[in-house]
Amino acid sequence: MVFWRKKRADTSEPTHPQSASTETVPTNRVADDSKNGPSEAKGESPQQDGRAGSNSAESTDSTHAKKVGWFRGFLKKTNDVFNTDIRDLWKSEGRLVDDEFLSDLYAILVRTDMGPSMATSIRDSIRDQYRGRKVQQSEILAVIRERVAQSLKDRGGSLKLAAEKPTVILVVGVNGSGKTTSIAKLANRLTKSGRRVLLAAGDTFRAAAVEQLRIWSERIGCDIVTADSGADPGSVAFRAMQRAVDESFDVCIIDTAGRLQTQSHLMQQLEKIKRVLQKKVPDAPHEVLLVLDATAGQNAISQAKGFSEAAGCTGIVLAKLDGSAKGGVIIPIAEQFGLPVKFIGVGEKLDDLEEFSPDEFAAALFS
Amino acid sequence: MFQSLQDGLLSAFKSLQGKGKLTEANMRDGIAMVERSLVEADVNIDVVRKFVADVSEAAEGRRVLLSLRPHEEFIKIVFEELVNLLGPVDNALALRRGEMTTIMMCGLQGAGKTTTCGKLAVVIKEQKLKPFLIAADLQRPAAIEQLHVLGKQLGVGVFSKEGATDPVSVCREGIAAAKSAHADVVILDTAGRLAIDAELMEQLKQIDRQINPNQVLLVVDGMTGQDAVNSAKAFNDALSLDGVIMTKLDGDARGGALLSVKAVTSVPIKFIGTGEHMDALEPFRPEGMASRILSMGDIVEVAREAHRMIDERERKAIEERMSKGVFTLGDFRDMMQKLRKPGLMTKMLSLMPGMGELSKIMGNVDNEKEMSRLTGIVDSMTPNERRNPKLIDTSRRNRIAAGCGVQPNQVSDLIKQFDMIGPMLQMATAGSTSDKMKMLQQMQGMMANDPFNPLGGMKIKGNTGKRLTPKEREKLLKEREKLLRKKKRG
Ligand SMILES: Nc1nc2c(ncn2[C@@H]2O[C@H](COP(=O)(O)OP(=O)(O)OP(=O)(O)O)[C@@H](O)[C@H]2O)c(=O)[nH]1
Ligand SMILES: [Mg+2]
Repeated sequence: MVFWRKKRADTSEPTHPQSASTETVPTNRVADDSKNGPSEAKGESPQQDGRAGSNSAESTDSTHAKKVGWFRGFLKKTNDVFNTDIRDLWKSEGRLVDDEFLSDLYAILVRTDMGPSMATSIRDSIRDQYRGRKVQQSEILAVIRERVAQSLKDRGGSLKLAAEKPTVILVVGVNGSGKTTSIAKLANRLTKSGRRVLLAAGDTFRAAAVEQLRIWSERIGCDIVTADSGADPGSVAFRAMQRAVDESFDVCIIDTAGRLQTQSHLMQQLEKIKRVLQKKVPDAPHEVLLVLDATAGQNAISQAKGFSEAAGCTGIVLAKLDGSAKGGVIIPIAEQFGLPVKFIGVGEKLDDLEEFSPDEFAAALFS
Repeated sequence: MFQSLQDGLLSAFKSLQGKGKLTEANMRDGIAMVERSLVEADVNIDVVRKFVADVSEAAEGRRVLLSLRPHEEFIKIVFEELVNLLGPVDNALALRRGEMTTIMMCGLQGAGKTTTCGKLAVVIKEQKLKPFLIAADLQRPAAIEQLHVLGKQLGVGVFSKEGATDPVSVCREGIAAAKSAHADVVILDTAGRLAIDAELMEQLKQIDRQINPNQVLLVVDGMTGQDAVNSAKAFNDALSLDGVIMTKLDGDARGGALLSVKAVTSVPIKFIGTGEHMDALEPFRPEGMASRILSMGDIVEVAREAHRMIDERERKAIEERMSKGVFTLGDFRDMMQKLRKPGLMTKMLSLMPGMGELSKIMGNVDNEKEMSRLTGIVDSMTPNERRNPKLIDTSRRNRIAAGCGVQPNQVSDLIKQFDMIGPMLQMATAGSTSDKMKMLQQMQGMMANDPFNPLGGMKIKGNTGKRLTPKEREKLLKEREKLLRKKKRG
């Protein structure tokens, strides 16, 4: 919502990501470090000592907590730990790239949910390039953002519409990730752009899921194919395809029940739904969108894998990005599975769906 | 002979305890492994670092069993502290008898609040109390309808108000309706919201203030990542939570967010959701969750086993029996059974100085079949015979053999074996290296020449070091997986 918009509004960094990276990358060999590194490193050391001092004071404190019953102390103290801001990494004079810096950087990367492997690899590349040098926040962040944006751009792409109608979009994901809401938003978007959209309420399992999508279709003013609770989702999909072809709808979007990627029989059901779609429209589905919850952590990687294997995902909708979670797990997902993010969900209202922008996403990761 | 066996075993046990201690340096590998695994499991990085730092500080100086490497010892301690941190177990819903209890549910969008309301109603019904549901999620389309469907399915009353916009008044009217329906427990299903949405958080506070529920439960999605600390803290600050329920743990999510939530709220974890059906709510068990989050079951298992084997109290008991001269074949059998865990004894023996060769000789005792044969033979002996094998003459030997279905010579082999291991153990742990070598050669010669196959298993297998057939190994692996699965499920 507003939060997301605001976040994007003030990410206009003094240094432009692109220009910064082209300047910094060529000048960062080890040889350079030995030339200008040491003197700067010495200049930095008093401050380093100061920091170390405050750290050891803290550990004396926790020794005391240990005696009381260390984990009770732990519970109390962790509350104070979470106000770490990316800006704390840098004082205005910049910071020396040393072990402590790299450790702090790692934590900042991990907090975005990009996962330990990705965070390690980015941290190590920063270490190799800048170790012993004094760096500015803008410089390092620009490099990281550029790297993140690049790996997301390499697999970029917008919604694919079929040359011949109807375009068929199958939407899948784990329970509660935001499938139904995202479908409503997408249908709303397509309807507004002048297309005739048909929805298929394929979640016949969860209580009132059909009703949920029906209410959305009314609000949008688009058509919907429904079935009773407990009906075969394949048959709903089939009827929807029939109607989409017969009445020449532009787009048909199929909702599915939330399922965990580990439930193999339910994953097979997705394959079956796909086959049903192909009976009517041989090249359907044109898009299989996996809806991921932006608050999800590393399990999203397993989700991307499981759903891709079963249903052949073509893209991701990253829902709930309006919260404080960063959704960084899509970076390893993009790299491992080549799955592009197509849309982001930024609220619960119909127009809270935006096209995904790698640059904006990368910028918002550390804001 | 007998005395030397006792001494040998005793010193073996003693040496297993080791002299090493955990130090900052030798914990480094373990710390890195644990940190990485916890981050991989979605425990918040700040929580991870604080936790690991505190545990390693507390662990420094603790003894490392000889059979374990420092990182294994460390990981075992981490596991135990994880269990401590996730606990203590408190699955009670604190229901008030004779008076109506109000439970309020809260959480982010899509966490599973509505489904969990239904599951809690089932738990309450099982306690012979009457639950009642109030549909206070006025945000998501068909959320009210969803609760009605669940209510009908479970035979539980549901209050809702068509077209209402103020959840506080819905709750108030719902409570009145619950009272006139003589409900024992009322559950408020509130709308999911982002913790940073000040307006909606204020609304939640209003419900809390005006309805004053007896319990406020936070529902957390098991797949939640790093941000769990922020939302949990915000909900706890706004409502002072009484408990946490984590959902969707029937999949492969490791659920590390639960540790984050516990760390920032320190409220008890009540239940975990393990499926979409209404009976898929389980009481929370810290052990199972700790092993799921840490995901180092193998190491923890081996380390615990090692500790179990040389458990201080048990060792004292054995020592006492030995000093009284009452260490018998029965004790020998018990000890062998303790060592029976697949692969473990070989591992322990091979890690003891000078015991590598012995472990090769004893290798096949790892084999389940050999083990049960050994146990069977000893079981068929009288207590007297176990205490003093010299009593066993031909007729006794035949009786024992018939009693457990082996050949009489296998009984003699066992006794021979029993007599043989003693000096070996003693030599191996006490003697000089050249003594050990000499003795081992002697032993190997003795055993290789033995026309009978002592115990069928305790034979020398040359230098191959191979002990298990592929089939046996597969079985072993399956057993271990089963154990892990059982732990995970728990
Ligand atoms: N804040 C916010 N909430 C969202 C967003 N997308 C979905 N939600 C909310 O998340 C909750 C779950 O969304 P649904 O669309 O019902 O999720 P689903 O994947 O269809 O759920 P199941 O059908 O139960 O598996 C609802 O309360 C939605 O309003 C988003 O982008 N931002
Ligand atoms: Mg849905």
